[in-house]
Amino acid sequence: MITREDVEHISWLASIKIEDEEKDEFVEQFNSILEYFHQLDEVETEGVEPTFRVVDLANIFRDDVACPSLSQEEALRNAPRRENGYFKSPRIV
Amino acid sequence: MLAELKEQLRAGSAEEYLSRLFEKIEKSSLNAFTTLARESALKHARDFDKKPSQGLLAGVPIAIKECISTKGIETNCSSRILRGYIPPYDAHVIERLKAEGAIIMGKTNMDEFAMGTSTETSCFGPTKNPWDPGCVPGGSSGGSAACVAAHEAPCSLGSDTGGSVRCPASFCGIVGLKPTYGLVSRFGLVAYANSLEQIGPLTHTVEDTALLLEIISGHDRRDSTSAEKGSYLPGLKDGVSGLKIGIPKEYFGEAVGEGVDERVEKAVWDAVSVLEGLGARWQEVSLPHTRFALAAYYVIAMSEASSNLARFDGLRYGLRQGEDRDWHTTFSEIRSLGFGPEVKRRILLGTYALSAGYYGRYYLKALKVRTLIKDDFLRAFKNVDLLASPTMPIPAFRIGERINDPLSLYMADVFTVPINLAGVPAISVPCGFAGHLPVGLQLMGPHFGEATVLRAAHAYEAATPFHEAKPEVV
Repeated sequence: MITREDVEHISWLASIKIEDEEKDEFVEQFNSILEYFHQLDEVETEGVEPTFRVVDLANIFRDDVACPSLSQEEALRNAPRRENGYFKSPRIV
Repeated sequence: MLAELKEQLRAGSAEEYLSRLFEKIEKSSLNAFTTLARESALKHARDFDKKPSQGLLAGVPIAIKECISTKGIETNCSSRILRGYIPPYDAHVIERLKAEGAIIMGKTNMDEFAMGTSTETSCFGPTKNPWDPGCVPGGSSGGSAACVAAHEAPCSLGSDTGGSVRCPASFCGIVGLKPTYGLVSRFGLVAYANSLEQIGPLTHTVEDTALLLEIISGHDRRDSTSAEKGSYLPGLKDGVSGLKIGIPKEYFGEAVGEGVDERVEKAVWDAVSVLEGLGARWQEVSLPHTRFALAAYYVIAMSEASSNLARFDGLRYGLRQGEDRDWHTTFSEIRSLGFGPEVKRRILLGTYALSAGYYGRYYLKALKVRTLIKDDFLRAFKNVDLLASPTMPIPAFRIGERINDPLSLYMADVFTVPINLAGVPAISVPCGFAGHLPVGLQLMGPHFGEATVLRAAHAYEAATPFHEAKPEVV
């Protein structure tokens, strides 16, 4: 069972603030969805390998040479806050 | 249809044709489009009229789903958090379309970040179904399907993570294809669940879908899962004589989910009879793990979403407002404001499924069940060439009917998600009506079996009138 405290913890992990009044609804919905997920417990998967991707991949190598890329101006154009040619982030420490 | 349109445009005027479409869209109440690229599209059309170019889609307008990057045209995934984002580059599929002379006419509405089955979770409000404005068009590529069905665009691209091309194609009475995983480059497709999704065409005819697939498929070094293309147009009209079609018993009746609407079931069985009349044979097959596909799909999709959507923090693009505080508080508030309820639900549940202590129980378990589901398909395709089923268990439902009960909305995806888990190709073609609402037939093939899927779909379409039906709004 997921509790209000679990929802608060997940919200912190996911960096999505949840308002107090939303919490009870999330608790209820999460429990009903997780209960549905629990039917996976019925499947015998002893010795079954997980499928991370469906197509076989092989390593593809290229020479380590510089190629054209976005200009600084293009890369910054969508940034809502910038300063001196940098993305401006909130304070980290 | 696109072949004739190309001829008409060459003989007449691409600008006139495009202007008429824009006029129609302006007057439309369907809400299929989010952004119209009027200026650049009309300029492109005028250039074409002056000097008709060659190319498989020369002068032909196409509508593009909101989550496919278009250089210089806003791409916001119908989410508040990405409003105003203008990509500095084109997705691979857009480069390919432009190289063949297609005109990008605008962007189409979708469920926010492609998370939905109804196009109701968009920050622009729902798109309406052209066959009944009180009903959803399906999702998540609802805008891309509705605009084609209503003849507001001759063709479009959508993306399909768990049915997002096939579901709206089915609900809107048009053709939609989810290609084999890897066939179409995902470079420039805003990621939701990257191990499941593919870009696919939405069109009026199977031939048009084959044409678009010829153009958008093929290797691209910028997508590490990208494969080589096949050839789809040359054998398209070779018929179904001798083809073996499997009917998965779990996709009919009360076997899984909430059961299949009997009108849908009848339309699909009638379609199987038509294919039989054309020389195909059918036999019952079993895909025994079908009933676990929804749970496995949602665990995997939500887990991948929680990781893929971590990049939306208002730093490099998108929403940023208020005073900056410490980074965790700032980002948490931006993400709380910018994401809608369904996106939050999926990120939070995905975060939970990947968190310490639960990884094995949910995510790893779902990946193992995915193996069993994929093996079901591989086993079936040893004995049959194709599988046939309903695309959706129900016709389009009412706007507002399911949106407040997430699980009931998820249940509608019961026949589309197994295909994404297995990575195989599947097409939805119109196969009749349930009352006044269209029904879709789903034909599934083995990995890279698009040519056979398209050939069978084309033979069926040529023998039936359903793709010619038009909603009243047209």
